[in-house]
Amino acid sequence: MSVTVMIVDDSKLARIVASKAVAELQPEWTKVEAGSAAEALELVAAQQVDVALIDFNMREKDGLELAAELRVMRPEMPFAIITANIQDEIVKRAREIGAGFVPKPVTADGLEAFLSGAALSLRSQRA
Amino acid sequence: MTGESITLAELERDALTEIVNIGVSRAASNLRKMIGDQVFLSVPSIEVVSQRRAARLISEREVSELIAVRQDFNGAFEGRALLIFPETNSLELVRAVTGNELSPQEIIDIETEALAETGNVILNSCLATMANMLKRSLTMSIPEVVRGTGASLFEVEGHGGGEGLVLFLYIDFAVRTRDIRGYIAMIMDLPSLTTLKELLGDFIARVVGDDG
Repeated sequence: MSVTVMIVDDSKLARIVASKAVAELQPEWTKVEAGSAAEALELVAAQQVDVALIDFNMREKDGLELAAELRVMRPEMPFAIITANIQDEIVKRAREIGAGFVPKPVTADGLEAFLSGAALSLRSQRA
Repeated sequence: MTGESITLAELERDALTEIVNIGVSRAASNLRKMIGDQVFLSVPSIEVVSQRRAARLISEREVSELIAVRQDFNGAFEGRALLIFPETNSLELVRAVTGNELSPQEIIDIETEALAETGNVILNSCLATMANMLKRSLTMSIPEVVRGTGASLFEVEGHGGGEGLVLFLYIDFAVRTRDIRGYIAMIMDLPSLTTLKELLGDFIARVVGDDG
């Protein structure tokens, strides 16, 4: 099953870290990166994206706003908000738009539950 | 300049120290995850001082240029959080968080961005933990990397020449195997301190219970 995961973060370092964690858990998945919400929307319009990991704290448009737009464009897509801002409100807002929540710094342990859930949901969508 | 205009009662100070401790411990545990080495923390110091005095507290101990990641927060109370370390430690920290995988040139290229992201993780986890414990939400700005001396890091440009009173919290941290050390500092102005006092009162009431 070919799966493309999009990593959205305005920090290159954060993208490297998230990308390593994804590679550890799902080595076969293709990874694409976006440095902003605008780039992420372009990517989703232009190519296959099945799963997204979205940083919360970004300039211009934050991760929750991007996630809300993606939810409209792609109601079935599994995605998670990544942030060190673990305030109850942020977690709640992520849940409300049906996004997972992964605390920063992203580790394979922290990402595992979300990625296996996403893999499962993709399998059932494609079945 | 003294902090007579507002003081924290003993229990309020204990509660604030406890909340900061938990926030900073979570921040340290995240830094540990990022660099894979133990991070040592001091007990937080909490003082109401002038901005000038806050600057001196850092510059008395640090003669070299400093580098800081700065993030403003606002909401029920507002202020500025800083992750500060000697500029000479900066590339070592970047090397540590990038896991020794980048070339020396790549480390230089990514320096500012990697520091901003590291600061973002450290300061956000600390502030978010405090916000959750005080049951108020805080909005955090995008992190900024600034270079300068203790004085320039703490002076608010164009306001009162550093005489304004601030609540100054700071904690030393060190990664002994890496020669990395620095401070996490937080400054809040007096109106925020008044709100903070009330929130600490609520927190104490929740923790101690009605019959405490």
